[in-house]
Amino acid sequence: MSKRVIFCEGLGKEFRIGKRELNKTLRDVLTDAMAAPLRALKTRFSANGFPGMATETIWALKDVSFDIQHGEVVGIIGHNGAGKSTLLKILSRISEPTEGRIGIHGRVGSLLEVGTGFHPELTGRENIFLNGAILGMRRAEITRKFDEIVDFAGVGKFLDTPVKFYSSGMYMRLAFAVAAHLEPEILIVDEVLSVGDAQFQKKCLGKMGEVAQSGRTVIFVSHNMAAVERLCSKVLVLENGRLIGNGQPRTMISNYLREGSGEIYVARSRTGHPQFLSAKICDVNGHPMDEPVCTEPFLVRLHFVLPEDAPGTQLGIGILSADGLPLFTSNTWDVNLEAPIKAGEYEADVLVPANCLLADTFHVAMCLWNDSEVLDLQEPAFSFSVDPGGSHLYQLDSQRKGFVHIDCQWEVRKLSVARGATAGGQGAS
Amino acid sequence: MVPNMQNNELVADRPDQDSDIPFLLIEPAKGWVSLKLGELWVYRELLYFLTWRDIKVRYKQTALGAAWAIIQPFFTMVVFSVFFGRLAGISSGEIPYPIFSFAALVPWTFFANGLSQSSSSLVGNSNLITKIYFPRLVIPISTVLAGVIDFALSFGVLLLMMLYYGIVPTVNVIWLPVFLLLALVTALGVGLWLSALNVQYRDVRYVVPFVTQFWMLATPIAYPSTLLSEPWRTLYGINPMVGVIEGFRWALLNSETKPGPMMLVSTAASLLLLVGGAFYFKRMEKKFADIV
Repeated sequence: MSKRVIFCEGLGKEFRIGKRELNKTLRDVLTDAMAAPLRALKTRFSANGFPGMATETIWALKDVSFDIQHGEVVGIIGHNGAGKSTLLKILSRISEPTEGRIGIHGRVGSLLEVGTGFHPELTGRENIFLNGAILGMRRAEITRKFDEIVDFAGVGKFLDTPVKFYSSGMYMRLAFAVAAHLEPEILIVDEVLSVGDAQFQKKCLGKMGEVAQSGRTVIFVSHNMAAVERLCSKVLVLENGRLIGNGQPRTMISNYLREGSGEIYVARSRTGHPQFLSAKICDVNGHPMDEPVCTEPFLVRLHFVLPEDAPGTQLGIGILSADGLPLFTSNTWDVNLEAPIKAGEYEADVLVPANCLLADTFHVAMCLWNDSEVLDLQEPAFSFSVDPGGSHLYQLDSQRKGFVHIDCQWEVRKLSVARGATAGGQGAS
Repeated sequence: MVPNMQNNELVADRPDQDSDIPFLLIEPAKGWVSLKLGELWVYRELLYFLTWRDIKVRYKQTALGAAWAIIQPFFTMVVFSVFFGRLAGISSGEIPYPIFSFAALVPWTFFANGLSQSSSSLVGNSNLITKIYFPRLVIPISTVLAGVIDFALSFGVLLLMMLYYGIVPTVNVIWLPVFLLLALVTALGVGLWLSALNVQYRDVRYVVPFVTQFWMLATPIAYPSTLLSEPWRTLYGINPMVGVIEGFRWALLNSETKPGPMMLVSTAASLLLLVGGAFYFKRMEKKFADIV
């Protein structure tokens, strides 16, 4: 019988919001005290309050309860700001819950970022030891696994070079190699898979799969629905700080994708970073529409902002099936298009050709990134259904499966005449 | 790390067959929390590595490198000797003024650097604090410890100067590590207060230079503490650095000022700073990751 290794009961985390709370200077506190001495004193000595602060709060997590059994691989999905990272931070003891409690049996290793504590001035060798110690490895353990880590990272030649001279790819590989050799009973991983190139991501996913198969408990946050479905035995869905789903990956993911996204995308707030502001489906003339028709081309119109000059920015979209399976992607890099890098607001139109999607529901994912990081990733951003438009070619039925229509060429040749056919003597020749 | 034994449901929840598997309960902390010094011991290797990192990177990409550890106290000594020793004519007793002030500047520099570096240590390591769990006390402690290397370098220069002036320390020199420890405890005590405050109030950054400047004037570095008569001299020990400096001079230069009751007052003040700082730090610790 499987054992419960983690229980979480009525977990809540309250944040006080507003810029004034962060890095207040003493002057603010004094000014507050001058303005309203009594009120300032009251807040100052109130139970939990930060001195002299407006008490506008937000619950990043509220009433979250779940159990995790030994050996389970649990995926946590949800939109940006749903509370996924907060949950991981509380599980990793970085942040303290405001209410509720969590019990954990076993040693926890958490990987919320690749390369935490790497120091640019130190060499690769030194950073392996430093990072290992930060992640909670014993020195003897690091020494034992040292060669393995170097092998995995493939940076042997540069072991005694300060990491500030590493390429970003080498840096990531070394950082991940150290983390991959962490052997806790419970592993907590944040969206670390969204960085690095495709090969790196594949390596990460492969290692995650290995860890999962070795019977350890893994909890991870990802936007990569295909990876979540492949690796996880259970999925938790968070929405606005509440746990709205807990169950089978396939069901959870398709519910999340179906309910989680509307027909257009609108950003919740301006973050001050490069981000998508809105996105929708339009016809070729740029008029918004609900359901594109299979036989007509249509536009995915993206509206995004770069608050400051952002060199190296790339822009891309992906079309996902109703289950979250990525079908194809398209980006500015592929088509050799210079994406804007100057500060400003922009609109981009991606023309999806006619006769390519079957009549089904699809999700649109969209991403802004540069060489070193993902700037904004919305997966999925919004959903749309495609109308068959009267043509049987695009209607899903017993003969027609899949997601896309590809115009293949057919040729059928006669190789020999079957015996039965000549005996019948009818219509064979 | 400590299971909550009062709670029957939780105890029943532990898998009995694997009692060696650690059980952790995460709950909102209420009121004053324990210091959890045992946990600090568990993380001693991290403390070692962070100290080692601070030492390694301290003088990276500087032209003069570790010479900076010597330059700072040495040139202060030269300036003091010219202005206070010669021009102002402050008496240093039988001891030549340069070594009188340098014997004070070596532990003082260790203290002042330890204080200012540890007070900015939490903010400087915010990337660690927001991404990984460990007892946060490790950060200011490792910062202060890393300063011991600088101390050792300038202490070497102090020994050379003693050789030059032909000063032979007495057997009292065995007390020197105690005085160094007292300086370390004081630096850490103040560093704990200031680093925790700095997480929330960045004013600390501006306060620290003032604090060290005034503190230096309030410490008998350029002048002997014998300027004060008893009982004021004993009371002067409330500033723990008074005890440290007088202790250094007594142990190394055999100055006539014996560390009597003043040393007890300094030790008590220093421990008070440390314990108070540690509790304040521990109480603020839970908010660090959210507001740093």
